[in-house]
Amino acid sequence: MDAAEAVSETQSSENPNIFQLNNVGKSFVKGREKITIFDGLDMTIKRGEFLAIMGPSGSGKTTLLNMLGGVDQPTSGEVWFNDQRIDNLSENGLANWRAENVGFIFQFYNLMPMLSAARNVELPLLLTNLSKSRRKQSIDAALELVGLKDRAGHKPSEMSGGQQQRVAIARAIVSDPAMMLCDEPTGDLDRETANEILTMLQELNRDYGKTIVMVTHDPEAAKYATKTVHLDKGEFIEKETA
Amino acid sequence: MGDLYLVFKNVTRKKLRLFLTLFATFIAFMIYGVLMAFQGALDAGVELSADDRLIAVNKVNFTQPLPVSYVNRVRAIEGVEGTSHLSWFGGYFQEPQNFMPMFAAEQDTLLTVYNEIVVPDEQKEAWLRNRQGLLVGEKTAEQFGWKVGDRVPISSNIYSKTSGGQTWEFDIEAIYKGSDPQFDTSGVYFHFKYFDEARTFGQDTISFIAIRTVDPELNEQVIKAIDDQFANSFYETETVPEKAFNKAFIEQLGNIGLIITFIVLAAFFIILVIVGNSMALAIRERTNEIAVMKTLGFKSARIFKMVLSESFLVAIIGGGLGIGVSFLVTSAITGVPQIPPLIMTSDVLLSALGFVLLLGFITGIIPAVSALRLNIITALSR
Repeated sequence: MDAAEAVSETQSSENPNIFQLNNVGKSFVKGREKITIFDGLDMTIKRGEFLAIMGPSGSGKTTLLNMLGGVDQPTSGEVWFNDQRIDNLSENGLANWRAENVGFIFQFYNLMPMLSAARNVELPLLLTNLSKSRRKQSIDAALELVGLKDRAGHKPSEMSGGQQQRVAIARAIVSDPAMMLCDEPTGDLDRETANEILTMLQELNRDYGKTIVMVTHDPEAAKYATKTVHLDKGEFIEKETA
Repeated sequence: MGDLYLVFKNVTRKKLRLFLTLFATFIAFMIYGVLMAFQGALDAGVELSADDRLIAVNKVNFTQPLPVSYVNRVRAIEGVEGTSHLSWFGGYFQEPQNFMPMFAAEQDTLLTVYNEIVVPDEQKEAWLRNRQGLLVGEKTAEQFGWKVGDRVPISSNIYSKTSGGQTWEFDIEAIYKGSDPQFDTSGVYFHFKYFDEARTFGQDTISFIAIRTVDPELNEQVIKAIDDQFANSFYETETVPEKAFNKAFIEQLGNIGLIITFIVLAAFFIILVIVGNSMALAIRERTNEIAVMKTLGFKSARIFKMVLSESFLVAIIGGGLGIGVSFLVTSAITGVPQIPPLIMTSDVLLSALGFVLLLGFITGIIPAVSALRLNIITALSR
């Protein structure tokens, strides 16, 4: 099995939007103060898009990403994924949904330090019913795709930041999710390594049809996206296509 | 890779901390195992006492003698099935520190009243025939390397012989075992007739009478009849069930059970604090990793189980090693002189298992609940 088989192109659906946010509100109470992050936010993300979300600190980028990833829920409004409404799912329902549909990439990689690269990549597969041999095939394919098959037995502490992030990418794609959410994926990397990672994300989007949403402060990183939106104080202030 | 692998990797990630935690657990359970075996051995004297056996001693205290003539009068009391009598000899082999519980006994009745003493028939006959014959428990025989046919000199720190000296010659005719593994086989018995004829003082007196009743239901009646019969005599008796006699004897050493309980509780309290703190620290350090696992789609209940499994694993390994070593220790010291037979009974093993599980649960439940309730957003933003 080659990498292309392991990370198959996302099936197209009749609905061109993979995500749709309708009149979404998000607020929380801090002390006696009610803080509103979003109030009536509407948004659509098209299938196969590589979307960069930019904005200053506190603009709501990460909160938006968390709501898209089902790790946070809006206070009001609706979040639709394909034709499934996800904002009203239970905690367990959301966990299942995340495991099936979303791959996460974090700024600081967030790999398990006691596990080898292969074991880290295997983690999402523990949530599936795949046999051991099938899991092994998928792990090998994912690591090959990110160019780290020869480092499968190495622990995160034995790898550079760029290599760790590539392991994190392998972990995000190994269960073949339709969607990848990246929170400052190059924020902890030097320019050259960052470009390698962004090129890899671009290939996953272009060659394998993965829909990618990336939060970033870095305008250089945003250039790799097919679309960039700017968020400020909970509102989109400008849209441009890269 | 499965959940158990993740549990194992998490438990073993900090080797020094794991070693210290396991060592503390190991020590606590080893102390528990040895002390419980010791307590069991002390209790065995009481537990193995026959319900239908009574002991009649001098009412003043049990070091004072009773006339041997009392034995036949007791035997005639209604409800008494049989009697024997025993006299403390204070024997030792070669050196006073080689002390042994040695009694001059009414040889014809001893093995009927104390049917826990198991002797091969031919040895029994030989012992009964030879007035200088010695019936030795296998523990004492092993201690001194004695075997049937040996002639041994035994000294008494109480009695000298009319022929002079305090050394008495005996022929080892029989070596007995106990009918129960916890029965103490350190006792040594010889013929009362030989003793009574050869000693320089105290003729026709004995230390106590062992009485077997027809039925334990008759114990109270027989006790009253014996003590009433000798009331207002020079040698008044106090008759008690053997269990009570042995218990009172052990309690002379102090409340061993209470002391053991305090030691065990102290050990477990300390271990609870150490392991609990260690587990809490381990989970706190992994807050971010737990949040990532939840983000990937691991359900809270699954993570709860994994965290709880970690504390159970530590408790099972540490506790298992502790109990295993305490088993070896008790086996090794069981043959040591002056120490009663220490046996890890199934009760001790079951209670240890219970404590292992309790320890695992108590030390793991708070970190597991914390992991269960962990909010992904809060944890990842730390």
